[in-house]
Amino acid sequence: MKYVDEFRDGVLAKNIAANIASEAHAGRSYRLMEFCGGHTHAISRYGIADLLPANVRMIHGPGCPVCVLPIGRIDQAIRLAREQGVILCTYADTMRVPASANLSLMRAKAQGADVRMIYSTQDALQVARDNPQREVVFLAIGFETTTPPTAVAVRQAAAEGLQNFSILCDHVLTPAAMHAILAGGVEIDGFVGPAHVSTVIGSKPYEPFADDYGKPVVIAGFEPLDVMQAILMLVRQVNDGRAEVENEFTRAVTREGNLKAQQLVAEVFELRDRFEWRGLGSVPHSALKLRPQFAAFDAEQKFMVEYVAVPDNKACECAAILRGQKRPQECKIFGTVCTPDNPVGSCMVSSEGACAAHYSYGRFRESA
Amino acid sequence: MCLAIPARIEELTTPGNAIVNLGGVRKEISLALVDDAAIGEYVIVHVGYALQKLDQEEAERTLQLFAEMGQLDELREEMGGNRP
Ligand code: SF4
Repeated sequence: MKYVDEFRDGVLAKNIAANIASEAHAGRSYRLMEFCGGHTHAISRYGIADLLPANVRMIHGPGCPVCVLPIGRIDQAIRLAREQGVILCTYADTMRVPASANLSLMRAKAQGADVRMIYSTQDALQVARDNPQREVVFLAIGFETTTPPTAVAVRQAAAEGLQNFSILCDHVLTPAAMHAILAGGVEIDGFVGPAHVSTVIGSKPYEPFADDYGKPVVIAGFEPLDVMQAILMLVRQVNDGRAEVENEFTRAVTREGNLKAQQLVAEVFELRDRFEWRGLGSVPHSALKLRPQFAAFDAEQKFMVEYVAVPDNKACECAAILRGQKRPQECKIFGTVCTPDNPVGSCMVSSEGACAAHYSYGRFRESA
Repeated sequence: MCLAIPARIEELTTPGNAIVNLGGVRKEISLALVDDAAIGEYVIVHVGYALQKLDQEEAERTLQLFAEMGQLDELREEMGGNRP
């Protein structure tokens, strides 16, 4: 595939690896956090960690949308589907996230709740049009990449007067999570910045991390060569004592980002005062809610389903993993009790989750 | 879920939609988030929407970055010459 295959060339990967190895100083360590779950996946799938010298270490960040949703948010969706009889539409990844009472959306569906997997917000609107006598709720999750599509759908529903459509809004913000990570005191020398989030928000929102925290940020595409080049660029910044926002993904990211998408989002959503994240706790101004003029489309208000905080499974280390403080293999039940077929925590569900990525591609190498 | 791939616009459909080619699979997506996307252009597709257009010149420039310095010629020989 064009613009995919060229960015996976094995010879070029070795070339970048050779540059990293020759430029990384043996006397120091480089702790680099890839914020985004897509990068976590690429690093595991292509064995990028194996191509790096031992003193260049990748730390997984919290940028996996289903991983950071706390149990209580999934419970809300399940309650809506089971108790209020709505048609609950959701992206596939959310289906298997473990919730309270040994349930997940998938299990709720098996027990008769009307839960439907959709690919696009357009599909959710269509379900609402096709079922005028039923209430249809879209579980809207994700970072800045999925937010504009939700905004489009809400505007469309308003324009069409689609009164049986609403959303459970769990959209969260990348820069706020990066602030929370740094405030948590994890030692990081630099960030590999998100790919597709940055196509929307641009490179500008990362400038405080360079200017105020002194942390280099290099925005990278999702292909393995993109990630490796970004690592090389970070090593160079650390060596030079620089802290700048650099952009490896210039083919899709500008400083300003996608203004049209940003405008749509601003029109439909506003900041929540706080939002509870798995792992990061309650983070101020880190998530979005619908603006008052779209209140009719807010499922939380429409059905009065409140968010109730629920503690994680005691054995699960997802919280520490999402803060960059632990690695999946440090969880006692990793790969034994907790597997992708039977996930105990959210990080084992999506292919972008740190535990699932390690289980699928990296567990033998890392456990040695 | 954040998986998003570059795809070529093959056909403009109504209203504000397009058919893209995703590795041989034709799929209808929404162009609501990008301005004036034309047939033949590449867009980054995510959950059924084009998130951003892909700048083909920048893509070439980035590919050249990957080849800078290092032992590229030796590596090519070692791995049997041509690209895989
Ligand atoms: S292996 Fe499972 S239980 Fe352990 S941290 Fe990962 S998701 Fe949680």
